[in-house]
Amino acid sequence: MQKKENEQSNRSVNRKEIHNGEILFITILVSVLMFAVIWNIVDFMLHEKEEAINNSFNPRQELLASQNIRGSIYSKDGEVLAKTRILPDGTEERYYPYENLFSHVVGYSTKGKTGIEYSENMKLLSSHASISNKIQNELNAEKNIGDSVITTLDVSLQQVAYEALGVYSGAIIVTEPSTGKILAMVSKPDYDPNEIAYIWEDLVGDETSTVLLNRASQGLYPPGSTFKIVTALEYYRQNNGDVSGYNYSCNGHFTKGGSTIRCYHGQNHGSVGFERSFAKSCNSSFANIGTSLDIAEFQNTCRDLLFDSDLKLQIPYKRSMFQLTETDNDDLVMQTSIGQGKTQITPLHLNMITAAIANKGKCMTPYVVDSLESATGSVVKKNVPSEETVMMTEEEAAFMTGLMTEVVLSGTASKLDGLSYTAAGKTGSAEFSANKDDSHAWFTGFAPAQDPQVCVTIIVESAGSGGDYAVPIAKRIFDHYFETNS
Amino acid sequence: MAHVISDLSKYVIVFFMALYTVLCLLSVRNKEDDDRDWIYAIQIICMFMVHFLGFAAICLETGDISYIIFYGFQQILLFATIALYRVIYPEVNKLIINNMCMLLTISFVILTRISYERSIKQFFIVTASLIVGLFIPYLVKKLKFLKYLTWMYASAGILLLTVVAVLGAVTHGAKLSYSFGSYSFQPSEVVKILFVFFVAGMLKESKSFLQVVITTVIAAMHVLILVLSTDLGSALIFFITYLVMLYVATRKIYYLLAGLGAGGLAAYIAYHLFSHIQVRVVAWLDPWSHINDEGYQITQSLFAIGTGGWYGMGLYQGNPTAIPYVEQDFVFSAIAEEFGVIFAICMILVCLSCFVAIMTIAMRIKEEFYRFIAVGIGMIYITQVFLTIGGGTRFIPLTGVTLPLVSYGGSSVLATIVMFCIVLGLYGVKEQEGMKNAKKRKRTVKSVREQERDS
Repeated sequence: MQKKENEQSNRSVNRKEIHNGEILFITILVSVLMFAVIWNIVDFMLHEKEEAINNSFNPRQELLASQNIRGSIYSKDGEVLAKTRILPDGTEERYYPYENLFSHVVGYSTKGKTGIEYSENMKLLSSHASISNKIQNELNAEKNIGDSVITTLDVSLQQVAYEALGVYSGAIIVTEPSTGKILAMVSKPDYDPNEIAYIWEDLVGDETSTVLLNRASQGLYPPGSTFKIVTALEYYRQNNGDVSGYNYSCNGHFTKGGSTIRCYHGQNHGSVGFERSFAKSCNSSFANIGTSLDIAEFQNTCRDLLFDSDLKLQIPYKRSMFQLTETDNDDLVMQTSIGQGKTQITPLHLNMITAAIANKGKCMTPYVVDSLESATGSVVKKNVPSEETVMMTEEEAAFMTGLMTEVVLSGTASKLDGLSYTAAGKTGSAEFSANKDDSHAWFTGFAPAQDPQVCVTIIVESAGSGGDYAVPIAKRIFDHYFETNS
Repeated sequence: MAHVISDLSKYVIVFFMALYTVLCLLSVRNKEDDDRDWIYAIQIICMFMVHFLGFAAICLETGDISYIIFYGFQQILLFATIALYRVIYPEVNKLIINNMCMLLTISFVILTRISYERSIKQFFIVTASLIVGLFIPYLVKKLKFLKYLTWMYASAGILLLTVVAVLGAVTHGAKLSYSFGSYSFQPSEVVKILFVFFVAGMLKESKSFLQVVITTVIAAMHVLILVLSTDLGSALIFFITYLVMLYVATRKIYYLLAGLGAGGLAAYIAYHLFSHIQVRVVAWLDPWSHINDEGYQITQSLFAIGTGGWYGMGLYQGNPTAIPYVEQDFVFSAIAEEFGVIFAICMILVCLSCFVAIMTIAMRIKEEFYRFIAVGIGMIYITQVFLTIGGGTRFIPLTGVTLPLVSYGGSSVLATIVMFCIVLGLYGVKEQEGMKNAKKRKRTVKSVREQERDS
């Protein structure tokens, strides 16, 4: 007993003599700092790596290209969208069998890189061929073949969308709401990536040319009446889900604070409830709704919908902007509520919001690369759908689906009514210049309304009204989709 | 065929490095010394596997068998180091020896890959340093007068730094070295050790305000000379080490906070005074817009790390020589590129484990002088690791510091090996104390027993 006590007192004396608190504190502090260094590296690897290594200043790309032949890019059903051919003289040439059809989404790989050629550059240049294959190549002094990219793109759907847009400038995106898979992505004007070396000087020389711009993800447009989706959602939220009391008597215009909003082509909608205001896209009624909204909460909702936010996209994109603050005057509030004002959106972002409504409020991250396969056919990496964010509640999504279905049944998108499927959507005619007759035609929607499988967003530049120019394109795409997927 | 084998071997190298690192952590957890022996044994196997696979890949990729001879010499050196230290100083910390040898192994492989000529030069210096180092633990234990030479350390240190600042050759904008034939000597590396001894000597004597002021003035002189010779990395290392030693000695947090405040202010002033600091901050904040000039080094470093990916490109598959000064300031990026980020992170953890081991030794030493030295050496070491890896990965601005034991540079590796051996010597000091305690305890136990018998 005594011995133990003795030892204990001995130890406590030691403790009194040595004060290790400071050293311990410093050791922990330094360890935390070193883990921060490690975390920074991991963060770089997870988020910035791709962009960094695809930089044209990275000399390692040439190194890989000298070791491996650039891999191919395929559609979802295995059609070749891009491949490298070896010419008789031994030089390599990138070949795009569909020429202009996939120009923006697949991109090009000489004269810089864009599209999938850009985002998957290093993967296309790296080889995961089987060991035996590599040994064989090494014995034959041949290069290894880089990995292939299998996309989510559907060739026939892309063709339908491409042809439907015709000679107009604009963009079309078709996605699967439940997964975020991009089935088609068209941007016009376009170019033939096979010819990029020859047309390069002309394209770059002409500073006003936007041919190389992927309008679907990088084009910022005024949303026009499609923004009433956001305004309607906000009104629904601020009235705790009860809009039944809303009524407005439209005589073709609405005036407040000295400025006036007019309905499209001066139409007179008469007495409208909330649902009818949306279906008929009544500007006066929505200007009226807008002036009743709490702007701070409106900003919050727009943030929920990923305005002014970074997206988790692999493809290059621009951020959409919601530009309205509490200090802005009535004119800007009313303009913004009907999608004019200073607010701008990309077609891809509008597609994401629409797809979220179709997917019970959950927005899936759009993606175009389904998987990577080695040249010998084994799967190197399979991309799985991931949730970008929850944009709204299931109840709110159901409410919005109801509103958008009514647009088809009795509103501005009635050209989609009476078909084998029930679509839901919203049209828009976005004015972009002082000339009131000039407008971009918008449509964004999905089908079938009750069990959404496909989501389409269309913008046709300088065409006219959405109902006349964008909805027929949507109809061709929906028709084709349900013909081939039934 | 050769290419395929070396391509596969990279995964195996990562595995052994990861295993080694896990064992580092396990050895800290295991309190019983006997249990640790098998840990250290497996660590040595891991180390030899990394070394073997690394050189196998080098031979296969270059097709030059003569590397085997070089490998043989390195093998002998590493084996001799591990064996001799164990035989001569059976009581020292084996984890520190293992870690030192592991970091040297990585250094041998990556330097051979980057520049054969330089790696041979480095090998000779490492060999000489390890031989010198072998005597150090003994000397530390025996030379008790070391703690009374306080002012000698300061005078010698300041003299060396001044001479180099005034006369020294101009290398990359910072005046850093004396040249002897093909070898150049960087006094600031050796002065680091003198500096730690000086601060420990001063603060051991007294912790009065006056003593603190005098010590601070002398320490500030070191830092100032280094700033004027534009060796910012070393200046920062001295500064941080001093603050921590002061804090540990006085146990007053406000010294630390005041020091950090003063350092922040000084950094702000220096930023506005020196254009080469501004350049580095610009390159840190936005390297991509300055990719061709200020940001060139850091972006090349990030390309290397990113392209290497988690498992690395494999030896000779990357392009590390695209980074300027890769074997000195950016050796971490070269390692990340060819061995992979997982391997590189493991290496950081090994460095951190060295630091923790040194600080643990410090905590066990009762005699203040040796205790402060352990803390000082630990801080010199880890600050260097932090600055070079943090700089190369864009966590902090670049300061142009080498990675101890791994980077190319004779003075640096010599100084680091000497510092590690001093710490091993301190371990001896601690054991002596421990034995005295044990004796004392035995004596008390005996007397207690006698008392019991008497009663």
